[in-house]
Parts: sequence; C-alpha cells; structure tokens
Amino acid sequence: MIATTYAIQWVLIFATSALLILVGAVGVIAVKNPVHAALCLIMTLLGVAVAFVAQSADFLAAVQIIVYAGAIVVLFLFVIMFLGVDRREHIHFEPLVGQRAFAAGGVAITVGGLIVLMARSDWVSGASSVTTKLSSGAGNVRELGTAVFTTYLFAFEATAALLIIAVVGAVLLARREGSTEGEESA
Amino acid sequence: MNVPAAWYLILAAVLFGIGAFGLLTRRSALIMFMCIELMLNAVNLTFVTFARTLSDISGQAIVFFVMVVAAAEVTVGLGIVVSVFRRRSSTSVDELSEMKG
Amino acid sequence: MSTAATLVLLLPLCGFLSLLLLGRDLSEKQVGAIGTGVVASSFVLAVVTFVLLTHHSSREVTVNLFAWISVGTLHVPAALLVDPLSITMCLFVTGISALIHLYSIGYMHTERDFRKFFIYLNLFVFSMLLLVLANNLVLTFVGWEGVGLCSYWLISYYFDRDSAASAGQKAFIYNRLGDTGMLIAMFLLFSRLHTLTYLAIFERAGTLTPTVATLVVLALLFAATGKSAQIPLFNWLPDAMEGPTPVSALIHAATMVTAGVYLLVRMSPVLALSHSGRITIAVIGGVTAFVAATIATSQKDIKKVLAFSTISQIGYMVLAVGVGAYSAAIFLMISHAFFKALLFLGSGSVIHALNGEQDMRKMGGLHKYLPLTFPTFLIAWLAISGIPPFAGFWSKGDVLTNVFEHNKALWALGILTAILTAYYMTRLFILTFLGTERFREDTEGHDPHESTWLMTAPLIVLAVLTVLGGVLDLPWLHHDSLAGFLAPTFGYVAAGGHADTVAQYGLALVDVVAAVFGLLAAFSIWRNITESSRYESSFLEHVWHWDDFYDATIGRPLTDAAQFGDDVIEPKVIDRAVTGLVVGVRRSAEGLRKVQSGFLRHYALAIVLGLAVVIVFLVARVG
Repeated sequence: MIATTYAIQWVLIFATSALLILVGAVGVIAVKNPVHAALCLIMTLLGVAVAFVAQSADFLAAVQIIVYAGAIVVLFLFVIMFLGVDRREHIHFEPLVGQRAFAAGGVAITVGGLIVLMARSDWVSGASSVTTKLSSGAGNVRELGTAVFTTYLFAFEATAALLIIAVVGAVLLARREGSTEGEESA
Repeated sequence: MNVPAAWYLILAAVLFGIGAFGLLTRRSALIMFMCIELMLNAVNLTFVTFARTLSDISGQAIVFFVMVVAAAEVTVGLGIVVSVFRRRSSTSVDELSEMKG
Repeated sequence: MSTAATLVLLLPLCGFLSLLLLGRDLSEKQVGAIGTGVVASSFVLAVVTFVLLTHHSSREVTVNLFAWISVGTLHVPAALLVDPLSITMCLFVTGISALIHLYSIGYMHTERDFRKFFIYLNLFVFSMLLLVLANNLVLTFVGWEGVGLCSYWLISYYFDRDSAASAGQKAFIYNRLGDTGMLIAMFLLFSRLHTLTYLAIFERAGTLTPTVATLVVLALLFAATGKSAQIPLFNWLPDAMEGPTPVSALIHAATMVTAGVYLLVRMSPVLALSHSGRITIAVIGGVTAFVAATIATSQKDIKKVLAFSTISQIGYMVLAVGVGAYSAAIFLMISHAFFKALLFLGSGSVIHALNGEQDMRKMGGLHKYLPLTFPTFLIAWLAISGIPPFAGFWSKGDVLTNVFEHNKALWALGILTAILTAYYMTRLFILTFLGTERFREDTEGHDPHESTWLMTAPLIVLAVLTVLGGVLDLPWLHHDSLAGFLAPTFGYVAAGGHADTVAQYGLALVDVVAAVFGLLAAFSIWRNITESSRYESSFLEHVWHWDDFYDATIGRPLTDAAQFGDDVIEPKVIDRAVTGLVVGVRRSAEGLRKVQSGFLRHYALAIVLGLAVVIVFLVARVG
C-alpha cells in the first residue's frame, strides 16, 4: 500500500488537503446560493493552505488564509449582500445549446492531457538551486523575503503600484452617477 | 519521505478543471469569479509543488505575486460587477449580449 | 548590285514614310509626284539590278541587311535573295505600279484624302517587293501580311460606305484564313529541316518524307488560295471591287493576287516531292478557272466581270504550277498583268467618263467618245481572248500546251474555259463600247469625254506591252527567252519535256479556234440585246451560291454560337462564377458572424477549447 512507501503523516496531510479542496471546489460550482458558494470557496482555500504547509511554504500558507480567505472572500460576501443577489439561480436550465457538453469535453481533455504530460515527461531531477535555495536553514520567511526584495524587486514594486491603481479604479467604478448622493452624505 | 509531487500536481490539475468547468457552466457573475479564484489557486499549488521539487524559492515568490495580482483583480472585477449590475436585478452574464454580431 | 537591290526595296518605303510624316501640307501634284517618283525610280533600279544580275557570275545573290531573329536554332536574317525569279517579279511589279500610280493622280483627283491613297499604295508596293525579294519564308510572310493589310485599307478606302467596309473585312478575313496555311507550312518545314531560308530549304528538301512534303504543299496551296482568290477562298475578290479602280488594277489584277502563285513557284523544289500535292494544285487551278469563267458570263457590273476574269486567269497560272510548268505560269502572270491592268484602267476611264456608272446595261456606243480608251481596250480584249499575235495567245498557249502533256482532262477544261473567256470578254466589249447609247442619264445629256493624259498615257504604255509581250517567251525562242532566264531558279527541279513541233502547232490551232468560237458566239448573241434570261443565269450571277453556302455552314453557326455565348454563357456561367464568389464570401462571412454571439460564456468556452487543442498537440509531441 501507499502507506508503506511514504510516511503516514504526509499521506494523511495530503488526503486532508485533497478532501478539503475537492469538496469545496465541487461545492462552489454546484450550489445554488452564492453565499453557500462563498463558504465552500473558503473550504477550498483552507485546503490549499494545508497543501502549502505540507510543501514547506509556511509564509504563503499564512498569506493565503489572511489575504485570500480573509479578505477576498469577505469582499465577495460584501458584494453579494450589497447587490442582493443571494437569491437562487436556476442551475438546471442551460439556455446555451451544447455549452455543458463542450465544456465537459474541453475540460476533460485539458486535465487528462496535463496528467498525461506529467506522467510521460522526464522529471528534471537536477541539482538544487544554489542562488535561491528553498531552505538554506534560515527559515522560509527569510528566504522568501530575500528573494522578493532582491531578485524580484522590480516585480514587487510593480505589484505595489498595481494595487494602488486597482484601489483607485475600484473606487471610481463603484461610484454612483451624479453628485446628489455625495452631497447628502457629506 | 514526503508524498511525491505528482499527487499534488494531479490535485492541482483537477482543481483547475473543476474551476474551468464551473466558469463555463454557471451564469452568475459572482460564482464565475469564484471559479476564477479556484483556478488561480490551482496554479499557485502547482508553483509551490515545483518550488519544492526543484528546491527553488522562486516558485514561492511567484505565488506571492500571483496572490497580490489576484487580490487586485478581484477588487477591480467586483467593482465592475457592481457598476454593471446595479441597473439590473440579476447577475446573469447571459444578459450582457449587446456585443453580438 | 546589293545597293541597287536594297534601294529597289526601300524607295517605296521612303515614299510611304515621307508622305505619312510630311505630306499633310503638300499639294495633290506634289503628293502624286513623290508617290509615283519613288516607284518609278524603284523600277529603274530594278532594271539596273537585272542587267547586273545577267552579268553576274552566280545567278543567286543574297543581300544581307541585318540579323533579325536568332533564337536557339532559329536563325532568320533580314536578307534579300536576288535571283532570276525575284528580279522578274520586281520588274513587272514596279513597272506596273509606277504606271498605276501615274494613273491614280488623274483618277483620284479631288477625292477626299488624296494623300492617304498614295500612302497606302506606296506601302503596298514596299510590302509586295519585300514578299518577292525576301530570302526566307518569314520575311516573305511579313510582306504577305503587309499586302493583305494594304489591300484591306485600300478596299475600304470609301470607308463610310457600308459595302466597302464589309468588303475590306471580308478580304482580310479570307486572307487571314489562308495565312494559317502558310504558318503551318513554315512550322512543318522548320521542324523537319531546321531552317526557313529558301536556299537552305532547297538543299535539304530531299530529306522530307512524302507525307510531310504533301502536307507542306497542301498548306502552301491553302495559303495561295487565300491570297490569289482560288477555290475555296475566292469570294473576297469580287467584293474587293468596292475599292477605287486603280486599286483593283494594281492589287487585284497584277500584283497581290499573284503572290500566291509566286509562293508556289518559289517553293517548287518542295512541290516536286509531292505528286498528290501537285495534282491537287492542278485540279484546284483548273476548276477555279472554269467556275470563275462561268460566273463572269452573267455579271452585270463591268468590274465584277473583270474580277471573275482575274480569278479565272489565275486559275490557269495555278494549273500551270500544278503540272510543273513554272516558267509558263510566270509568263502568263506577266502578260496577264499587262492586259488585266489595261482592262481595269480602261474600265476606270469608262467609269470616270460616265460619272461613276459601272452597270454595263447603262453603257454602250462609247467607241465614238473615247478615242484613246477604245483602241487600248480593244487590244486588251483581243489579248485576253487569246487571239494571236497578242501576248495572251502566247502565254495561255504555253500553259495549255504544258497541261496537255500531263493531263488531258484538265486540258479539255482549260480549252472550255478559254472559249468562255473569249465569250464573256466579247460580251463586255460589246455592251460597253458598241451598240446603242444607254448612258445619257448618267452624263445628263452631255457627251462623255476622254480623260487626262495622266490616265491615258499608262493605257498606251500597257497596250504596247500587251502587243509586244509575247516576245518574252515565243515557243521557238524558248531557251533564249524568259524560260531560259528562269531556268536556274527551277534548276533544282527536273525540267518538263516538250511536245514535238507538230503537236505544238496543232494545239495552237485548237487555241485559236476556241478563241474565235467564243468571240463569234458572243457577237451573235449580244449584238442587239443588253439582257438575256436565256444566256444569263441567276445561279451563275450569284457565284454558284457559294457565298450563301459559306454563310449557312460557317457564318450563321458561328454567329449563333457567339449569340449563345452572349445570351447564356456570359450571364449564367461567367457572371455567376464571379458573383458566385462574392456571394460565397458574403455567406461565409455571415456564417462566421454568428460566432460572435455576444455571450461571454461562449467566448470562454472557445478559450478552453483552444487550450485543449494546445494540450493535445503537446501530448502528441511528447508521446
């Protein structure tokens, strides 16, 4: 059995994360109520966080929970409530002809192809990276920080600018037309 | 010995597939966004797995940036959803078909 | 001598160019002087060349002008071949052309576009000389086409007359049909002998197989029938009478129509190789001569009679070529040029005097009023009828004697035709010059008067030539005269034998009897009448309905096919193909437009499917 070749704890962790991820994902696409879907999404995100920890990406697991589950999903819920769209959607009725069939086919081929590619290609087993080692003994956070602030500094600055632009854009987009609302609230 | 990377990769592929299927099948704009998040998470998982197998921190750095961009994207996207669907009562994307032809 | 020969060719060209470029401001007299002057000088130089040739060591002189075509194995020089045959042709072409140019100055006086006439005439003379002097088939063909073109222009000279324009077209099209024959002959000869120069062809002709030689001969015959108006391509010549009378005299009596005979005579070594070819030539010549003679007996227009007479006489020449009597054919060609030109110019004089009347029923009694035209015409009439001692008797007799030795049936046909010739020419003479005066309407009561010296001088010269022309080749001087001169040209061919003297005298007597019989028959019938349903048949008058036959079998079906193409193929097939393409593109575009459905999920699906394709491709590559 699998348990004999691999350490049991890792298998269990994998199983857990897999379960959380898959159940949550299926839930997202299957439930009718958007709020329920958001909660399923959280489940998936937690599962991914578990997987991150298992792969010694501690910092990222933390960021995943704080940013993804904690901020993004909350934002989703805000908008759902705001727009009042927590009503149910008619799932069983598909107005576009053949959409589901083609979608299923396309997705199946894509996923199947990816798996086959993975199975057939030669793994690059090569030497571990010298410059950006995964764990040089200084801890994951320090490693990641060093990489981000030295090798990928430009990307870091660019994404910072991107965030600001996104915030400004979102504010502009969500404004109501006309200034009557603004004057009253001011 | 840790579980082989292939398992996580297959898991990520399946997650990606589920997210893609949901994107194509659901009509509500918000659910579609959530499916996009699923796909992004699948990608993140793949990157982290590769970071582990190749012993390269760059994989995790990329995930860091993907998360940042995903956050920005959700912000702007939901802003658009709000401004578009304020006038309508439903979030069905099938109604946004004025660009046909 | 090369200079002289080259100048003979180039002087008419200079005349053409100077009249074309500078002639607009010149007076009629100056235009006429230039036009006639160059041709006359050309004649003088031809005489000079002739004299030089007789004293030359070899009888074949090639004058290279410039290297013209040199592609692969095809080498066609622009060169002249001065030999007895070509210089003989040059002499009578330039001589008669000069006389006709002089005549035209008077005849075309006050015509619209006097200059244009001389431009075309000079160009014609140049083309004819090129045809005759060329040393290879291609250059001859250039001249061949040139004379056809000038003939077209000159026939349609009165271009605003529908009948003249159509006649020009008809002539050109029939000529063109014949040209395909010449082209095929050239192709065959080049493919087998790899040369198109006459001398080289004659040297190598022995290597031709009999089949190929026959094909070449038949092709050349077809070309000759087109140019010389023989069966089956003769219908254009009667219509060509729409052109001014000097044109009919020069081109359609003396020069262009003889080009076909010249071609066959020139290619005599090739003709010698094909017995069936020669038989075909002889039969065509004989039959044409007979048919044309029958038609001439029923024509009412004076020029039409002369046209069919030309066809008939050329039939004699072709018949002579067919039996191998080449020098006899040339002799007849020269003497025919003299008296036929004289007949045409004389008829021109008559038409001029009667203000354009050409119908013989409205002539008569002109012998009183045209003191110079009448005797010259009389001489020509006697000559063509074959009365001794004029040129026609000797030349036609020469032909018939040679025919007798080879084919008795054709000889009998020739004698029959001679009777008819005498008959219809006498009929013409009587209706025009003798009998009662029926022309008073045309001249509005006045007396017709003789033309100017410009027109009568050529008549006199031609009359003298007609009288003395027999001297060229009298039977007892055979080897010292024309035949002897031309012999080297036909030296490649075995010369035909000659009958003994008794047979010759006997045949000559038969010729005279035939001529006199025809003459007397005409006198007795036509002395008092102008029309006769008994002796003129509508079948003969309508050219044996030959034109109608061509119209029904070729003209009408082609027109119908063209109409069909216009009505059916053009809109239904071609247009539909083009618009079909447009419609197809439009339909496919509209189909493709449906891809832009406006549904976001469709676009997303497209992306995913594209991704699937990429993955499959990668799997296939790895796998």
